[in-house]
This record gives sequence, C-alpha cells and structure tokens, in this order.
Amino acid sequence: MIAFIARSSVQKIVTLFFVSIVSFLIIHLAPGQPSQVDPLNPKFTPEMVARYRQAFHLDQPLYTQYLYFYRDLFTGKTVSWKDNRSVLAKIWERFLKSLPLFIVGTILTWTISFPIGIRSAIARGSAFDQTTTFCAYLLISIPGFFFAYILIIFVVQTFQVPVIGMQTFGLNQSSVTAAVMDRIWHLLLPSVLGATGGIAVLSRYVRSQMLEVESQDYVRTARAKGLPAEQVHYRHALRNALLPFVTMFGLILPGLIGGSVIIESIFSWPGIGRMAYEAILARDYPVILTVNFVSAVLVLGGTFVSDVLYLLVDPRIRL
Amino acid sequence: MTFLTRSDILLAVQDLSVHFRSEDQVARAVEGVSFDVQRQETVCLVGESGCGKTVSALTILGLIPQPPGEIAGGRILFDGRNLLDCREDEMQKIRGNRIAMVFQEPLTSLNPVFTIGDQIAEALETHADLTSAQRVERCVQLLDDVGIPSPRERLADYPHQLSGGQRQRVMIAMALACHPELVIADEPTTALDVTVQAQILRLFRALQQSHAMAVLYITHDLGVVSVIADRVYVMYAGIIVEQGLRAHIFDAARHPYTQDLLEALPTRSKRGRRLYSIPGAVPNPAAKPPGCPFHPRCRYAIPTCGQQPPGMCDYGDGHRARCPVLFDGGPSHWGQETLTGKV
Repeated sequence: MIAFIARSSVQKIVTLFFVSIVSFLIIHLAPGQPSQVDPLNPKFTPEMVARYRQAFHLDQPLYTQYLYFYRDLFTGKTVSWKDNRSVLAKIWERFLKSLPLFIVGTILTWTISFPIGIRSAIARGSAFDQTTTFCAYLLISIPGFFFAYILIIFVVQTFQVPVIGMQTFGLNQSSVTAAVMDRIWHLLLPSVLGATGGIAVLSRYVRSQMLEVESQDYVRTARAKGLPAEQVHYRHALRNALLPFVTMFGLILPGLIGGSVIIESIFSWPGIGRMAYEAILARDYPVILTVNFVSAVLVLGGTFVSDVLYLLVDPRIRL
Repeated sequence: MTFLTRSDILLAVQDLSVHFRSEDQVARAVEGVSFDVQRQETVCLVGESGCGKTVSALTILGLIPQPPGEIAGGRILFDGRNLLDCREDEMQKIRGNRIAMVFQEPLTSLNPVFTIGDQIAEALETHADLTSAQRVERCVQLLDDVGIPSPRERLADYPHQLSGGQRQRVMIAMALACHPELVIADEPTTALDVTVQAQILRLFRALQQSHAMAVLYITHDLGVVSVIADRVYVMYAGIIVEQGLRAHIFDAARHPYTQDLLEALPTRSKRGRRLYSIPGAVPNPAAKPPGCPFHPRCRYAIPTCGQQPPGMCDYGDGHRARCPVLFDGGPSHWGQETLTGKV
C-alpha cells in the first residue's frame, strides 16, 4: 500500500511536470498577447506597454518565463495581470461561489441517475424503461443553453421569481425566510440545469452496466440459490455494476474547478468557470495557467482517489 | 434391477416444450421431452451443445428468462407438484432448498465481490432458521465435506483466490447447504482439467450417498456418464432419442445417434485408430429438419425418416429408443407420439 502510494505519487509528479510545460507552451503559442489587448485604449501608451512587458518578464525567453511563473506559483506570489490581485486568493473566492452549485448539481446527478438506471435495467422494456430512455435522449439532444432559456422563461413566468445571479439585489432588508428562499431559487435552476445533462448520460450508463451484470452467470447462481429478487438485484448485481462508477467518482473532482462555463455565463453566476473564461479573453496568463495547474492536480488527485476506492471495493485488485 | 414404485419418483418432466422467440423465428430448444428422476438416483442427460439439456434443467428451476423464453407445454412434477404452476415466491422456497444447481463455469458462477463464506451462508440465511454462529459452523462443515483443506480460513477467501477445482467444490458446497433432495449439475466438470474432473466426480458419488440425494447430471461426456450414471437419457436437437439403464446405453445402444456417440468415444481398444466423428452438425434449433432431426446425419436413414417423426420403441426394462428403422416391429412406430410412461 505504501509502495503504491509512493510509486503513484512519483508518477503523478512527473505527469504534472509535463502538464505544466505543455500547458505553458500552448498558452504562449496561442495567438494574441496580453500587451496587445485593446490597442484603442488611449491609456495604453507604448511606454506603458514596455513597462508592462518588463514587469512581467515578457521579453525574456520562454523557459525563463516558465521558471518565473512556477516559482511564483509555488511561493504563492502569482498575481493576476489584470488587477494585480493574488491569483490563489481569486481562485479560492470564486471556488467558494461555485461550490454550492457543484455540490447540489452532483448530488442531484448521482442520486437521480442511479435509481432511474437501475430500475430501467431491471424492468427492461417496460413502460418505465421506455419513458426514461426517451427522456434521456431528449435531454442529451437538447443544447444546454437552449434548454436553460426555456427553463428560465418557464420558472420566471410561472413562479415570478428572479433566477439570474446568486441573489437578488437590494434584498438586504427583507426577512430571513425571503432571503433564504431567494438564495435557493437562484441556486436551484443552474444546479438542476447542470444536473440534467449528467442525469441523462449517467442513467443510461448505469442502465447498460446493470443490464450487462444481470446477464452474468453469478446472478443466475444467486437466483438458483432461491434468493428473493431484490437481493439478487440489489446485492449480487448492483455491487458488481457499481465498480466502474467508482472510477467516475474520482473523476468528478476536477469538475470542482472547471465548473460550468456555459451555465455560469447564462446565469451570471460569479463562479470559477466564468473567471477562467474571462481570463482567457483577457489573456491573463497567470490566472489561466494557475486554473490549469490546479485542475491538473485535481485530475491526478481524482485518479488517485479512484485507484484507492477501487482497491477498497474490488477484492480482485491487489497492488 | 429393482422395480420402483410411483412414489419413488422425485422429479417427473412430462412432455416439456420450451421455445425461444426472436423477432422473425422460433427456436424450439426443447420439444416434448419427458424424463424422470427417482430418489437417490443419478440420472444423466447426455447430448451435444445446443441439444436442449441445459434449457431443460433451467426450466425445472424456473430460471429461463421469459421473454424470449416460453414454456410451450408440459408439466414438471416435483414431489407430485407441478413446478410450472408455482408462483415466483413458491419457486424461491424450492430453489437452493429442495432443488439446488451446480453450474458449468465455477469462475463466472461465483460472485467475484463476495467471500465464499458469504455466498454459501446466503442460501442458509434464506432457507434455514439458524443463528449466524450456526451458519458459520455449517459453512465450515460443508467446505470440509467437499474436501477443502482448512475450511475455516477459506471462508474469508474470494473466488479468485481459489483454484478451478476448489471453486467447483465451493459451488457444490453451496448447492448442498440446505440438504436438497435433488441436485442438478450442469456440466460441472467441463471447465476443469482431467485429474480434477475425476476428483469432482468421485466427490459427487460420495456426497450423493452420504446426503441421500438424487442427481440430475447434465453432460456431453459419455466417459463421465459411464462412471456415475444409474440411468441415462440421450438428447438430440431438443428431443430424447434414447433412454435406459447405463448398461443399456453402453452395451446395447439402439439409436444410431447413441451408437455414433459411443463410436466417437476414445477407449483403450480403439488405441492407434482414428476416432470416428459423426458427419454434419447439430441442426439450428430454429430450422430443424422434418421427421427425425437426426436423419441427415444418420447412416441408417430411409426416406420415411425425413417425413414422419419417429416414435419411441420399447426394448423392455426401461430401455427405449426413438428409431423405428432399427426396431423389429418397425413401421407401426412412425409418427406416433410414443409409448413413454405407459409401461
């Protein structure tokens, strides 16, 4: 076990090193430079640009820039080129705002997909199965932004509640209940929307996984033992069907920082996805690269968590 | 031979037909099959792959998925009761309790994520009223019975930690957990190598005597049959073509298919000679030849064979073969649905 952790940590650090190089190169090779942004801005004089380039080492060779950047990152001194604020602080602040969206969305996705997928697999071909199959394909096919606007129109017109942003402006004097309800309404729609796509895809995946397991010999053995149907499905089949999802569970970690650019943009949610998107438009390299680096760490951390979870749930896996 | 009375019959399958329906065709996997198993007797159901032996066995336990499976007719009398009329919850009380099954592939038939102790105890949990301590003792006892060394330590093992032969022993222990009256063994030794196969067969023999149970043993291996069977049913393309005591089948086979199978069996006297193989292949269950399903491959076939279904011909003493061509009283047995069960 300790050997596994040591080995996988070394592997992951090596991977991270290459990720850092590649992402650094991609960002710098992409067209556009921070000093070229907005040439029509009268405050952006040539002297200003020169000073800017010097301050951020932009005239030095790429490998020097690379070293400067990662030195700053690891000493926590990276600042955004846009507003000179610490990047880590910015990310943390936005992360906290994205977190409720992420948590509610993930809980909705996982708690709804599994019962749906399992039931349609057990009652294959039934009305329930056909209905959920139809709905799943419908939700997969509808573009997210389109569905979002339809939902917004529907909710706003039916319930007369505002849903854009994190809360309604100027609601400070209202009662606690009203404020809480306002927050919930603002949280609900983007979360539900973020979850629908996930539910549609994940429930299909659960269904096919469950169907595959149901046709295995050991399920027949369980029935031949005279076990009640629920025990056959929910103990023998489900336990095996869940194995691949353990891997997926580790991989939702990166979603913490990626957030959803589209949903956060539609709902003007000040989350981390939107911050990354805006940083790309502004060629704010430190923010882009830091977000990139943190997601790489989360992806690697997620795969590590998956490996460990797999070890715990599948007795066949030995390290 | 002893003459058995009616009450000695534990399982009687009568005129059973099982079909599988797909979009454009119907596969008649089992067609009018009748056989019975007496208490404490070993009956072998022999035939090539796809002849309907496994389907018959699974139908007894109600494990045929419906759809696409469909029981087109017949009765399965177990201890006088028609299992085809039983509700699912009644079947659950019989499965694993009064009738247990041992499957072909011990690796895939054991659940990889549960310990073997768990899997054996499950049947006891469902059918027997024991405390958990008693269950553990019973599991240890069962593993010991099937010859697994240091059984107490093995309880916490997962299937992948055992060898193929040990896994099959675990499957057998699982089947024996609730003292079943009938064990259906579906090619339990096919996936094992020959020495292990011999051990498992000996184990079956011994357990059958010590537990006083009947065994319905399904196999394609006549070598196995010659070792364990009291009585034999030979199946071909969904029908029984010959039945009788072990001696009838091995010393006086009356059906061309049985004769061909025996000729294809390697024995010492055939050493150095090329083994016989039956020409042609088993017909597709969705497109069986008319008349006798074996006639396209049969060396004795006459034109009538392709036109009329052959009836059972009685050779006395429980020995019957479905081949009027080789029967002295010939023509009268054509097209006639049998003399089975009337003697």
